[in-house]
Amino acid sequence: MNPLVANPPVATPFFFYLLAAVMIVGGILVITRKNAVHSALALITTLLAQAGLYLMLYAPFVAGVQIILYAGGIMVLFLFVIMLISIERAQKERQFNKQWAVGIAAAAALGGLFIAVYTTRTQGRVLFPQGRVSYVEGDNTQRVATLLFDRMNGTYMFAFEIASLLLLVAIIGAVVMAKKRI
Amino acid sequence: MHAMLDISTLHYLVLGAALFLLGVIGVLTRRNVVIVLMSIELILNAVNLNLVAFSRYWQGIQGPQALHGQVFAIFVITDAAAEAAVGLGILIAFFRNKETVNMDEVNLLKW
Repeated sequence: MNPLVANPPVATPFFFYLLAAVMIVGGILVITRKNAVHSALALITTLLAQAGLYLMLYAPFVAGVQIILYAGGIMVLFLFVIMLISIERAQKERQFNKQWAVGIAAAAALGGLFIAVYTTRTQGRVLFPQGRVSYVEGDNTQRVATLLFDRMNGTYMFAFEIASLLLLVAIIGAVVMAKKRI
Repeated sequence: MHAMLDISTLHYLVLGAALFLLGVIGVLTRRNVVIVLMSIELILNAVNLNLVAFSRYWQGIQGPQALHGQVFAIFVITDAAAEAAVGLGILIAFFRNKETVNMDEVNLLKW
């Protein structure tokens, strides 16, 4: 028997559909709530459910980064900014713009494109894999670190350094934007 | 039978597409800039989900060292952090000038 198939699946369909439902409901709440704080809390729920999906995909490091950096860092930044600006006025105003129908039509066209791509069959097979893919978990974090940091095998070391430069530019840019007088 | 019940890469792709569409609808229809930025985060997360799902798929073919999708997802998260910081900085500057967070009133560069 194929050893890839022999491994018992940790990820059960039940958890996938549960987390997927949480994500979809959270996403709908994000784009429909009047109060920006409610939207932020719904987005945090979505991000945490997505971290669960990362765990089901055997990506524990990305799941940890998702929780610490996204749900913990970026969303706190969002909540800070929501506290700095006054959201009372925005709540009383109209929530959707005048061209909302066109926007939804464009999104529907994009959805049709997705459906067309995902159901395209070439030689009787869909383009994207449908069978279960299972592999031994291994040492995921070490391998990610090898790809990122190793001097010999580190494929992404240069990109990592560029990313740190990007963050520096973003810090300076954020300070320049938010400060009243430089 | 087994293949019917199991969760495949395609399941994750469809979920990612649904989240992407929710984010696109949020960006195109909402007026509150904060919620538009959150919708952009939704879009980035949908892409990340696809990347990690594909990484899982390639691990099944090439072995456990094929983690390029996960590394790319980490880079996308870094980008999202930078984008959120700069975007919210711009939002604060905008709010200071116009006393509103309404997307329709962002017209300082129009003529």
